[in-house]
Amino acid sequence: MQEPFVKTEIRKDENIVYKRTDLLVDRPLSYCPGCGHGVVHRMLMETLEEMNIQDKTIGVSPVGCSVLAYDFMNIDMVGAAHGRAPALATAIKRLWPNRFVFTYQGDGDLAAIGTAETIHACNRGENFTIIFINNGIYGMTGGQMAPTTLPGMRSSTSPYGRDVPTMGHPLRITELIANLPGVYYVTRQAVHTPSHVRKTKKAIRKAMEQQKENKGIAFVEVVSNCNSGWKMTPVQSNIWMEENMFPFYPLGDIKVDGKLIQSSEIAK
Amino acid sequence: MGELRLMKGNEAIAEAAIRAGCDGYFGYPITPQSEVMEYLMAERPFERTGMVVLQAESETASINMVYGAAASGKMAMTSSSSPGVSLMQEGLSYLAGAELPALIVNIVRGGPGLGTIQPSQADYFQAVKGGGHGDYKLIVLAPASVQEMCDHVKLAFELAFKYRNPAMILSDGAIGQMMEKVVLFDAIPRRTEEELVSQNPWAATGKPKNREHIIITSLDLDPAGQERVNLKLQAKYREMEKNEVLYETLGCEDAEYVFVAFGLSARICQKSMDLARAKGIKVGLFRPITLFPFPVIPIHELGKKVKGMLVVEMNAGQMIEDVKLSVGCSIKIEHYGRFGGIIPTPDEVVHALENQIIGG
Repeated sequence: MQEPFVKTEIRKDENIVYKRTDLLVDRPLSYCPGCGHGVVHRMLMETLEEMNIQDKTIGVSPVGCSVLAYDFMNIDMVGAAHGRAPALATAIKRLWPNRFVFTYQGDGDLAAIGTAETIHACNRGENFTIIFINNGIYGMTGGQMAPTTLPGMRSSTSPYGRDVPTMGHPLRITELIANLPGVYYVTRQAVHTPSHVRKTKKAIRKAMEQQKENKGIAFVEVVSNCNSGWKMTPVQSNIWMEENMFPFYPLGDIKVDGKLIQSSEIAK
Repeated sequence: MGELRLMKGNEAIAEAAIRAGCDGYFGYPITPQSEVMEYLMAERPFERTGMVVLQAESETASINMVYGAAASGKMAMTSSSSPGVSLMQEGLSYLAGAELPALIVNIVRGGPGLGTIQPSQADYFQAVKGGGHGDYKLIVLAPASVQEMCDHVKLAFELAFKYRNPAMILSDGAIGQMMEKVVLFDAIPRRTEEELVSQNPWAATGKPKNREHIIITSLDLDPAGQERVNLKLQAKYREMEKNEVLYETLGCEDAEYVFVAFGLSARICQKSMDLARAKGIKVGLFRPITLFPFPVIPIHELGKKVKGMLVVEMNAGQMIEDVKLSVGCSIKIEHYGRFGGIIPTPDEVVHALENQIIGG
């Protein structure tokens, strides 16, 4: 007869060097291993915890891979119809001006089906934060071409690669948004290395803090991998992202304090 | 006694919204309902009550702003006309699925497509049967006067919050545009933040330490869970059918025939009734006020007493299906309608009664 398995508790106080924030619900994430979503979730929730605004925050989740973000974020959240998160957030923030409001959206949600809602919320200068995860593909539905899919990049609906003459150009929506007067802060970050993670967290903090000043949209794009959709290992996908995504979607601040950064792509 | 004013139907909607304590209006211009937002903007409701009014980039955005507002417990509304309401169907389905209270006003115009800007009742099916996807119901009120345009705003919000369900006022371009005297109800103060949080414990208002986080969604990937959601919704709709049916009867006591009509058509039928009775035809009028829940039992009972019914609608025959389902096959039930923005005259309705029901 087999000995019953005895679980040894190794999580002793003296061993703990890092602790999951209570603002992340203790349950397995629905994301593929290797995906950047979980890291961004953590950065966002740690930021709310550090700012001590859990009770004053209302989040809006999208349709896409992060449709279930509300299951992992231990704050009040509203699930939007596909692309409509900025419309929801507009109303919530206007009617609850003393709350912190953010949307969490992928590239299909924000830059295809929700383009109108995104552009107009930004242009009106609504006072909420947009977290935009750009992995150049529709992950949840099985790896179809996204508005941000690179030229030549393969997906399940561009199996021979994105053919620009027939399928159109990838959309640099972040640069477009940075040009709008209602937008106060725009940055593009990544979360595939510890130093990038730290920068992303700083950007999220800045974007959330800015809501206190009532100066317009704060927009944080995170260029992320989709190892499942790209049909790569997590490590391969991160290398591919650096070699292919970053040249087209260069990292760094694009607009700070309402002013375009001269060295950013948009200014060139 | 409230304040007496001469107003357009659309203006009455707007004034009633401010007085009902509405927190937010989100809309997009479309004829023949643009006066709703125009009136609101001119009234500066933010200064009067703190009510937010925002012109959105589309009807799609409007309804989703309403969704966001409702999800956070606020009293929110939008108004539009037929093509715009078609664009809102996605949002309506989501509101119903997530069990959120909200008011949607449809000042119906002739269709299909871009149609016309003249009055019509051709959106009955869309409003009552659910124009969006899934098994859901809206509470649907059909005002027949400017007075009811005003009163139904308050009633719709009450029912929407009572059942946590979107409510629609289904009116038309004529009632929206015409001016009548209206007695305005006294203003109800907007709920304070504390009242709102305590009255709507289901709403996403920011999570305090001592409660679970709130998730507003219509998604349940587990089929058993989604079936439970549907059963809950259906049980709610049965409750509405039991408790909230509203209708009006006129001259039905001695009637051999009845007109069944809602909204503007019912106003026309009132005149047709007078004309027919002057000819010696004993005709009454049955006017459903709630189109959902539909007055199934009262119409069924009426069907036992009369020889025939003429369902008068400004469409090709939509409510007649519900009338027939209510009455059964025991008596003659016919439809008379005009489309595309044509309003039937009282005379032609009497002719239709004589030809289709009495002589037919």
